[in-house]
Parts: sequence; structure tokens; C-alpha cells
Amino acid sequence: MVSLTIDGKKIDVEHGTTVLQAAEKLGIWIPTLCHHRSLTPYGACRVCLVELQWPRGSSIEASCVYPAADGMSVRTDTDRVVRTRKIMLELLLARCPEVRAIRDLAGHFGITRSRFPQQDSDCFLCGMCVRVCNERMGVGAINFLHRGVEKKVSPPYDAHSPICIACGACQVVCPAHSRSVEFDRLTSHTPRPIPSEFDEGLSQRAAVYIPFAQAVPHKPVIDAEHCIRLQTGACGACQAFCDAGAIDFDQQDTFREIEVGSIVVATGFEVFDGRQIARYGYGRLKNVMSALDFERISHASGPTNGEILTSEGQPPESVAIIHCVGSRDEHYHEYCSRVCCMYSLKFAHLVKEKTGAEVYNCYIDMRTPGKGYEEFYKRLLHEGVQFIRGKVAEVTDVAETEEEEGKLVVVCEDTLLGLTRRLPVDMVILSAALQPGADSDHVARLFSLSCSQGDFFLEKHPKLAPVEAATEGIYLAGACQGPKDIPDSVAQGAAAAACALSLADRGKYVLEPITSEIVPERCSRCKTCITSCPYSAIVFDEQHDISLIIEELCKGCGTCVVTCPSGAARQKGFEDVQIYAELDGILT
Amino acid sequence: MNPSNAGGAAPAANGKGKLAMYWAASCGGCEIAVLALNEKILDVAAAFDIVFWPVVIDAKVRDVEAMEDGAIDVCLFNGSIRTSEQEHMAHLLRRKSKVLVAFGSCACEGCIPGLANLSNREEVFQTVYHDTPSTENPQGQRPQRETPVPEGTLHLPVFYDSVHTLEQMVPVDYFLPGCPPEAERIWDAVTAILENKLPEPGSVIGADTSVCDECKRKRSEKRIKQFKRTWQVWPDEETCLLEQGILCCGISTRAGCGARCPEVNSPCIGCYGPNNGVRDCGARLMSAVASVIDSNDPEEVDRIIHQGIPDPVGSFYRFSLAASALRRRKLEKRETATEQHPGETDR
Amino acid sequence: MADTQFEPKLVGFLCRWCSYTGADLAGTSRKEYPPNLTPLRVMCSGRVDPTFVLHALAQGADGVLIAGCHPGDCHYKEGNYKAMRRYRMLLELLDTFGIERDRVRLEWISASEGDLFAETVADLTDKVRQLGPLNWSANWEENGERSEALQAIVLEHERAMEVVR
Repeated sequence: MVSLTIDGKKIDVEHGTTVLQAAEKLGIWIPTLCHHRSLTPYGACRVCLVELQWPRGSSIEASCVYPAADGMSVRTDTDRVVRTRKIMLELLLARCPEVRAIRDLAGHFGITRSRFPQQDSDCFLCGMCVRVCNERMGVGAINFLHRGVEKKVSPPYDAHSPICIACGACQVVCPAHSRSVEFDRLTSHTPRPIPSEFDEGLSQRAAVYIPFAQAVPHKPVIDAEHCIRLQTGACGACQAFCDAGAIDFDQQDTFREIEVGSIVVATGFEVFDGRQIARYGYGRLKNVMSALDFERISHASGPTNGEILTSEGQPPESVAIIHCVGSRDEHYHEYCSRVCCMYSLKFAHLVKEKTGAEVYNCYIDMRTPGKGYEEFYKRLLHEGVQFIRGKVAEVTDVAETEEEEGKLVVVCEDTLLGLTRRLPVDMVILSAALQPGADSDHVARLFSLSCSQGDFFLEKHPKLAPVEAATEGIYLAGACQGPKDIPDSVAQGAAAAACALSLADRGKYVLEPITSEIVPERCSRCKTCITSCPYSAIVFDEQHDISLIIEELCKGCGTCVVTCPSGAARQKGFEDVQIYAELDGILT
Repeated sequence: MNPSNAGGAAPAANGKGKLAMYWAASCGGCEIAVLALNEKILDVAAAFDIVFWPVVIDAKVRDVEAMEDGAIDVCLFNGSIRTSEQEHMAHLLRRKSKVLVAFGSCACEGCIPGLANLSNREEVFQTVYHDTPSTENPQGQRPQRETPVPEGTLHLPVFYDSVHTLEQMVPVDYFLPGCPPEAERIWDAVTAILENKLPEPGSVIGADTSVCDECKRKRSEKRIKQFKRTWQVWPDEETCLLEQGILCCGISTRAGCGARCPEVNSPCIGCYGPNNGVRDCGARLMSAVASVIDSNDPEEVDRIIHQGIPDPVGSFYRFSLAASALRRRKLEKRETATEQHPGETDR
Repeated sequence: MADTQFEPKLVGFLCRWCSYTGADLAGTSRKEYPPNLTPLRVMCSGRVDPTFVLHALAQGADGVLIAGCHPGDCHYKEGNYKAMRRYRMLLELLDTFGIERDRVRLEWISASEGDLFAETVADLTDKVRQLGPLNWSANWEENGERSEALQAIVLEHERAMEVVR
């Protein structure tokens, strides 16, 4: 350990720590432009200069490369330091007058323009791109070319680098957003950005990311498929940043088996893919978006920071919202998805509020059954949102009139006016159906669930047991059981949790009264029944030399009774004689 | 006619029980099975007066008709009911007997004769009097119900379309299954009668378990991908035959025989009939066998059945067709009495 | 009086989870279907013993429906597969017995398929109606000749033999 003083504050740091790192620990700000925590210090920009005070005089040094030493005394705020930094900044500003990072820092020191002859470079040769490519990515696709005034960053021979992996790390670290590290200068590979799942692909995310702002737990995850460290062994930059040391590249996926007494199935829904209805143009025409796309765009933490913008970056002048896309449609889903009318109204309201655009709602019927819902609809009518009752035939970009040029045209029937209308709009939002997850079959099989119409999971009874599945101990919550909105999902989820708790609280389990049994005297040990039991409830009792049914495991299907060739198995409540008596009753 | 006072007609002065045995539609094996009691037959003779047993003593039907109702203590009735005469005898012996025992598989469940329920009278006659290679019948003669002779008219009983079990005709007190019943089981029954330790009327005198219970082969879980006919394989002598794909009826056949067939590496064919409480022996066996077919694909299941069990009714109902729920094949055309024995000229 | 239409008597073995609930749905949805089928509830189609079917046919049913959950959806995992295997075997038997396959039907009807239940019952009723009554017990009644023949034997014995009591 070494002990030093910075601006009068004492600190003990590890041997080999730089003065800059020590200052960071004390919370003392030292400006930097070429420093990056995951890269080796380079000392290129010279704005991190500090004054080291020695017994005899002092010296100006670059704090990012200067190692802390025992007894050292550092000043970061002396006139000399400030004066020297300002000179450095003026020099940098002269080279790169348009680079924001330099201008901002210069502004901080009260410099608005440089007294030196101006150049127009966008690269001040901090070398972060070169270092990240070499040190972190292990590629070394770029380096400094030439010397002196001709020095610049480039792949060798100013040609496209054959080894560049188009990872984009150089761009990420470049404080100047320099042209010299743009892909077209570096490589002929097409870079593949990672689309943000949460933003519906409207923005990009890094390979290490927090899934979304309200994620629980609110912790970053590493996308192993895209992480350079996990794919190639290089990079690992995030590890250098994480003071908590929480990043462990050796972690593997683990599968845990948990024994539980009850299960709440809350697997949710999927949104109908608008591409299936090709005439609405989703995925084909710009500015035709799904409800979730719009939800992200209008959200304050979304890709446009909540500004409602078309793909051209302009606020729309008119927006059409198409209801019942894939619902109430015998070609796709016959059922009503329940939530779309209300969120379409919300969208209409948001568009009106944020942009003042003309909003058209093309609906079949308005379904507003809920507390305050009808009132909200009324309010929108007063806000001047247009409601057109009729199904949309198509969305096209083929203009028929001048007014339609450059717009999307929504062709729809207006059943109230008895007209076919063509609505030129800038943006179309598709309110798509809620549908069961693509793997709902698998989930159903896993939990022995039945599926109702449209493949949503079936509750035990629509009125008397709306939360329970047919199988004891399994409960349903939310949209996996059928389209429902947030309040209903929350209510059902709470009910399911309560059901599960009540089962646990009882502390005992009531067996089915209709289990099967094998009459021991009549069992002939043929073992035919054993394979017939789907629950492995029939075992062969070697000690008594008979097959027997473990009552706790038996669910009472009665298959073994029909299998037992010698009539030794019987099902309580469904005895053969009882069924014959029923049959005789029916037939006489 | 000489009126005779047959032994059974008078009350037993010596205190011995009165025994009758009768033979309806059957092969006669059951009669021989009684003799398989060997020296114990003497005990039977010591305990009973034999009042009616056509193959053994000279007693006539009229002697039986002359008896008081209930005069016979025990009647062992073997054979199924195929003709009106057999049915008449069943009614007669029922009336005259305190205890009527359906003796042997034919009387209990129709046995092999019962398989004729897959055809009808006309088809049986056609086969027996015309089609079999050994038949020489150039005039195409068939038995006639009525044949005039100088002394009067001779009558033959009506040949029924179906074979019936004894129980389908008259109430039966006990059943002694087997084709034929094993001597030990017959002796058990005789002992029970002698010691008055008979079970509840209507029950089967025999074991409660199935042949598997007596079979020494090793059994484990059954999953069958392919059934094999007996001529296709030389079965392993240690392992359960059904597990080897051989349709062994032992799983659903009442114990009592000592698993004789499996013991000699031959599958059980089911002569001892179903266990207590099983209504339809063939269906029960079929259901059990179907349950262990190792496939969930209907087409594959069909293929497994077709390849391995070409004659399901013959395989599952070999002994029990007449006693099964459906009893017989659908009777396509019902003949009237006058058409009974057609296609024949005067002899 | 004009010929009244033959009304088949049908028995339906319905599994408690899918098909019986499906039948219930058909009812609560006010689906119309013929009243010929009487349902008999079992826990699983795997509980349907082929003997029940044969018994029903022998005792006066003109047709039988066995209905269970769709393959893979069985509440008891695989009872319906066993029902299927037994049914395939049963069909082979029915062929030999001379009973038309159309009289005995295995159908997968889920709890949500009230429509399918109604359709199935309508279709089965229609098919069985076309096949006509089964009247199976008549197959072993031996016509009227049986009692006549028995009577003849008694009379003949009386005539031919002196019976001493």
C-alpha cells in the first residue's frame, strides 16, 4: 500500500494505482479525454494534468499515467494546473473545433474559441479506438498510421481490414464520434446490431444490458450469443467497470428442480403478428406499426424519448388506429381480445395530446366494459378523435390523389356513412389480437391442462372455479387463461396465490375418493396392470407377492381396472357392477 | 312298455345321495375326466346311488321323468345346448335335481362347440353334410325333422342356430369349469358336496386367481410391439409367454389346471374360463392385451393386431363365445321352422 | 298411422374431464342435437371396458359412443391412448360378430368442443338410424320354433312312453 495526499485529502491505495485512480476514489474530479477504465492509460490528451508537490518545487504530470507513490502530495486545482489544462484544451479545440466532448470541456474552463490556427479534424488521436481493438477485442484491425501531422487512425494501407469483426467497440469508445472509425472505412463486413427486444427492435442494445427499466431483478444480464468475451475470449471491458466484481464470465446456465405443492401457471400471451395480414402492410410499409411498437415510441424511456415520430423523425399529422387486427376475424381468431379497444383509445389520446394530429379509430364495435372505460371513450369523442365504424380493407402507399402523395392510405368502409373511405395518414397503428403462446401446447401437456377455444388454458369451471385448473394444485393466472387486461390479471393472480397458499396452509392433502385398488386374494401376479398406470402408482410388492396400488399416487382414472385381466382391480365409485347397473338403467 | 322302478325314483333307503350325470353337446371328455378320479371313483360310488348316467348305467329318460321333482341330489351336466332335445333334458334335470352343476367348459360357457356361433344352422349343415372333404353325400341328403316310417313318424330334435350354455337355459347352482375339469377339481367338488361345504349357489367351484398364479415363468412389465403365432417362435422356457409376444390366455383364465400348458412351453388357451366377476372372458382378455400394446399410433396398433392376431374372436373367445355378452355372430337371415332342414329329397 | 321413424338408443361413455364437460358446454350453449344418446360418465376414456360396450349392444343399445380427451391432452396422461388401442381391437371383434363399425364410435372431444359433441351425437344418431335397429338379443332367441319343439318332445314322450310316477 502507498499513502498519498490529493488536495489535502489522505488516501491509501494499492501499489501501481495511478494518481487519477486515487483521485477518483476520493471523488475528486480530474477531466479526461483519452482515459477509459477498461483500457491501459495512454496519456495522449494531457487534460488530466495535475501538480505534484515535491520538497523542492513542483511538477506538472499527466495523472492518468503517473503512478501514486508513498508520501506524494497532489494538487488538482492550482492556477498552474488550470492554466496548463486550458492551453491543452485550446490546442485540442484548434485541431477539432466541432468535437462536442472537447467543446464541452473547453466550455467548462471558459474557453469558447482557440487562439491557434483552426483545423477541421474530428479525431484528436486519443487512441482509445486503437487500444480497445488491440487490448479488448484482441483483433488489432486499426492502428495509428504515419507520423507527425499526418498521423491518423486507420486499418493498414488505408484499406478495409480483413480481420475487423465489425463489433463497433471503437465507435463506442470514441469520445469524438469520429468518422475515422465508421464501418465503411474499416471493413466490408456488414455490422449486425443487436436489436432491443424490449423496444421491439426500434433501438439497439449492448451485449450486456438490463432487459428493461422495470425489470425484476433490476440487474444486467449478458447476452452470451453476442458477447465478444463469451464468444472469443477477448473484451471483458464490462468487468473492468464493475467495482462490485459482479461479472463472472464462467457462470453457466443451471437447471434447478424444485419440489412444490402447487403451481401457478401465468405464462401470458403472445401478440398476433400483423405480418400475417399482408394487406395491412406491417413489416412491409414504413410507419405501419404494431401497438407495441407505438407503445415504445410513446414511452418516455423509449427510443424516441417519448416523442411520437414517424420513421422519418417527423411528428405525424394524421394517425390511423386499426382495431381488431386478427381478433373477431374468422380467418385468424374469432374471439374478442378484450383489451385492444381500450389501449387504442389510450393511443388516440396520447397522439392527440402530444402531437395534435388527426386520429382515426377504425373499429368494428367499441368494447368499453369496465370502470371508467365508457367515460374515457366519451372524453375522446369530445377531444375530436375520429371514429370510423368499419373494417379496414387495406393499407397502401399507392397514391390516387395529390393529397395522398407520400402518405399511407387506409382504405376502409364507413358503415355509418355507407361509404368507402380513403384516409391519407402518416402513421398506422395495428391493434393486434392477444393469442396463446406458441408453446402453449407444450405447457398444457407439462401441467396436464386442458385448452379451451383458441387454445387458452381452460379453468376448472367458468364460474365456480375460475382460477383452478382441472388438475389439483395447479392454478391459472392472467392472459394464459384468456385475454384480459391488467386489473383482471392482477385480480386473478392474487386469487391464484391465495388458492396456492390455502392449499399449503391446510397442511394435509385430501385424496380422491375414487382411487383404484387391487383385491389381494385375486391378484395373480401377472403384472399386466403395472405398465398401464400413468402415475407409476402400481408397484409389485415382492414381500407379499402381489401387485398393489399406492393410494396416494393413484388419481383414479380407472385404466388399470380395464387392464386387469383377472378382474382383481376395482375403482371405488366406478365399480364394474355400478357401471353395469347404470347401463341397465339406461337400456331398460 | 315295461314300467320299471328305477333306482332314483324311490327315496333312498340306504341314506346315500342320488347322483346323475348327463351329456349334452360336448365331446365326452368330461365323462372320461370323472373316471380320471381313478380309485376315488369308488368313493363316489360308495357315497352316491347313480340314478342316471347314460354312458355308465342303463337308465332311461322316462325313469327320470318318473322321479319326484328334486329327487336327484346332484346332477353333473356337461355339454352345451344345441338342440331342442338337449334343452328339454336340461329343463328336466333341473326340475328333478336339488343341485345342478354345469360340469365342464361346454356347459359353463359353450367351449369349442360355442365357436359354431360364428355360423348358423344352415352353414353348419352345409359344412357337415356337404363341404367337408370326407363327406360322401351324392344325393345331398340332410337330416329331417320328421321321417315317415311304416310304424309312424320319426322325429329329430330341432337343431338350433346357436349353441347355448346351460345357464342360458336353466338356473344353475354351481359351475365346474375346465376342458375337461381336472380330476383334482372334480374331487374338490365331490368332497364339498359330500361334506356339505358347498359355496354360495351360483358360484364357480375353483380358484379365485388366474393361471399366472400357478405359472412358474418369470414375469415382468409387459409391453408388446409384436404378437407372434406359436409356430413362429421357440419360446424361451423361463419367461412369461405373453411378454414374448405369444398370445397366452393365462392372464385372464381361472386357475385350477396347474398351468399345464405354459409348463410345456405352450400358451394357455383359456379353457378354465374367466375369473369371478368377469362378465365377458374374451373382452377382458382383449382389453388387457390391447392395454399392453406398445404404441400410441392407431395405424401401428392396427398393424400389430392384424399381423399377430388374425382371428381375434377365435383367439380371445375360444372357449367362451356362447357365454359372451354378444353370444354369437349376427344372424343374417332367420329361417322359419318349415325351412329348417331344406335341400333334401326323400330317402 | 304412418311409420314412425326409428329412434336409435345410444349410450355415450364420456370422460369426466373433456367430453363430459364438452357435452355440458353443448347444453349450456343451447346446442341442439338429437336426444337419442344417454351419457354415462366415467373418469377417463381409459376406464371404458370393451365389455361395457359389448354389454350395451347385447342389452339393447343400437350404438355406442366412447369420447375422451384429444391425444396428448388426457387428464390422466395416456388413458385415451389405451382407449384407442382397445377400440381398435374392439372393431376387429365387431367385424367378426357382424356389427357395423359405424355403430361404435371413438371420438376425441375436448371440454371446449360443445359443437363437436353435438355434431358427433347428431352424426352417430343419423348413421345408426340408417343402419336400423340392432335388436341383438333376437339373435339367440331361436325363433318361435324353440318352444314348439320343446312342447313336441314332451308330447311325444307322453305318447310313446308310459311314465310311472
